[in-house]
Parts: sequence; structure tokens; C-alpha cells
Amino acid sequence: MSKINPSKGAPYARILGVGGYRPTRVVPNEVILETIDSSDEWIRSRSGIETRHWAGPEETVAAMSIEASGKAIADAGIDAEQIGAVVVSTVSHFSQTPAIATVIADRLGTNKAAAFDISAGCAGFGYGLTLAKGMVVEGSAEYVLVIGVERLSDLTDLEDRTTAFLFGDGAGAVVVGPSQEPAIGPTVWGSEGDKSETIKQTVSWDRLHFGDRSALPQDSQGNIKFPAITQEGQAVFRWAVFEMAKVAQQALDAAGISADDLDVFIPHQANVRIIDSMVKTLKLPEHVTVARDIRTTGNTSAASIPLAMERLLATGEAKSGDTALVIGFGAGLVYAATVVTLP
Amino acid sequence: MAATQEEIVEGLAEIVNEIAGIPVEDVQLDKSFTDDLDVDSLSMVEVVVAAEERFDVKIPDEDVKNLKTVGDATEYILKHQA
Repeated sequence: MSKINPSKGAPYARILGVGGYRPTRVVPNEVILETIDSSDEWIRSRSGIETRHWAGPEETVAAMSIEASGKAIADAGIDAEQIGAVVVSTVSHFSQTPAIATVIADRLGTNKAAAFDISAGCAGFGYGLTLAKGMVVEGSAEYVLVIGVERLSDLTDLEDRTTAFLFGDGAGAVVVGPSQEPAIGPTVWGSEGDKSETIKQTVSWDRLHFGDRSALPQDSQGNIKFPAITQEGQAVFRWAVFEMAKVAQQALDAAGISADDLDVFIPHQANVRIIDSMVKTLKLPEHVTVARDIRTTGNTSAASIPLAMERLLATGEAKSGDTALVIGFGAGLVYAATVVTLP
Repeated sequence: MAATQEEIVEGLAEIVNEIAGIPVEDVQLDKSFTDDLDVDSLSMVEVVVAAEERFDVKIPDEDVKNLKTVGDATEYILKHQA
């Protein structure tokens, strides 16, 4: 048997830089109320959302990703050519082939970096981060760019009063690279496909094109509706608060970090009520800074954690070197939680 | 030992007070969670989970929507508690 050389990786991995992009158009609740019978007070009390950003025609999935990535690369202090892999998590890039990651890797000026998309809903950032850590430690890439990007406004039914206010657009990116110390803890992740119906796309693409048109959902003008994300609010809320608090605790335990050691908590920005209930269930001490970026960003799925991370660091609410618990959870249902040192 | 109706109402009153800040004396059998006690759909989930723990009972999501009043919840717990 011939001897095969092993790959040579770094002892550990860490997040070296973070960047975000929020579309220029800020959409207040008043705009949402043009198409649903609700109130600003109702939307704020149920979700915490005051404004969100919606992308314009030029703010494509690729364009937003490139903006966020440029900032993350600069923040990491490396050059784009050093990036060995680009992982993009999105559910709102509407061309399945090729992966948008290849276009982003090229436009950023990487040197033919490996590039692929993943679909892990609102847990996408944690899934990407876990893959990136593995690549850096295993040695298949020295630096990995992880991007969470969404144009969820394209997948929002503006006539659905339970979800019209919820979603936003944006991109968040991090650069993961080598470290001499552990700075990304063990990931606690998984899926619960038995609950796959609780968050889903209203109509599949093939049914939209080939299915019985008379059976497809129509808007108030009688036009066939574009597919949208729909969810069973109470079931998702229960799972997110109580089951995900257990997962978050497992991630803390796996990292050997107590709640007292924690500086920052960055949960997926799904709903401020979920965030507040998780904080209560986890019994996080007062000194822990909690990300509530959802108030002005909405739920941006895979982009929400890096966007919230970037904002906490930019505003000084969190600082480089802080210990942060991150947890993503969503459609699948899927989840991923880990403890990281902030860049 | 299974809780009595009185103990369940008392327990629910404490839970609703803790989650929604409603005075315990307002939590009566005929009161609607949403209309009278200002417990919205998301707080209702928290009430249900707290009740599950307190009374050792499972209340699946599909049954939660049928629990309109404190009386509905009390009757459900009485019937299903371990």
C-alpha cells in the first residue's frame, strides 16, 4: 500500500474578521401596514421589529455578499488571494446552478478558491462556521470566508399578517483562519425533519411551474402569488425558546464555559420575544450583552448572526476577545450552537 | 398526587402572573387568556410550557388553540395529568 501524505492544518481556528451589509432602503412598520390589517404596536409587541432593510434591484445576493465580505476581509487583515474556500448560506438566491459562491469568490479576487452554497435556513451561519473550522484545522484551506446572505423580502407574502413584517434583507460575513488557541468551541448541531412542515415555502418551484394553476395561492388581485416563507408561529416559538435553550446550554457545557464566563449572547434574530424568553430560560446573568439587532434589521435568516455580531462590535457593546455564545435555528428544522471568541 | 381543580387554578394564576404580570386574583375559570388576561399567542406558549412542568402533563401544539379560557386549561390538565 502506498503512503498518502496527510493534509496539514492549523492547531485551532478562530474568527478573524466580520463584515455586514444592510440595504439602503429602510422600511418602517407603516409600509407593512399598507397591505395587512395590523398595527405598529402589535408588530412591535409580537416581534420587537421597528424597521427592516429591503434590498433594491442592484442589491443582489452577490452584490450584498461582496460588500459584506470586503469588510470582513479588511477586518481580518488578509488579502482576498489568501482565501482558500468560500461558503455561502442562503435560501433566497433564485438560480440553483451554478452556486453563487463561485461568482462571489471570483469577484472578490480570490485565487480560484473552492466555493459552494449551503442550505441550512437560519442555522446557516453556524453550519458554515463549523465547516470553515473543519477546513482550517484539517488543512484544506488556510482562510475560509463564510457568508450568510438573504433577500427574504422576495420570499415574503405581504398580505400575510403573521409574517409580512418579519423578514429583512442583508449579508453578513466572517473570515475564519488559523489560531494557536481554541477560539471556536465544539458545535452542537442537528436537524429535526419531523418538524419540516413548521417553516416552509408555500409552493415549490416545480409546482409553481407545472402544477394545477387553479390550486395555487392567489393575491387579492387574482394573480398567482410568488412562493413565500410561512410558519406555524406557536409551534416554532415553543421549539425555539425551550428546545434551543437546551442546545445553547449544551454548547456552553461543551466549550467548558459557564454563563458567568460569557460576555455576549448572539442568538439568531428571529423574534425579540424568542430572544427574551431564551435569555430567561438560560438564566443569563445581567452582565451578558444580548444582541437585539432584530429591532432595526428584521429576521434576515442566515445573515442575522454575523450582522448582529458586526453591529455589537461597531457600537462598542461588545469588544474583540469577548466570549460569545452563538446559536442559529430555523427551517428544517435545523440548529447549530457554539461558543466563539469575537474578532 | 394529581392536583385538584382549585390547585390547578391557583397554579395557573401564579404562572400567568409570572409571565404576563396579571394579578393572581384576576385569573378565574371563566376568564379568556387572550381577551381578559392580555396573554397573547406567544405568551400562551410560555404559560403552556410552565403548566406542563408544574402539573406533569403534555399539552401538544395542536391542543393549545382549544384552550381559550382558564377553565379550558384547568379541565385539560385535570383530564391529562399523570
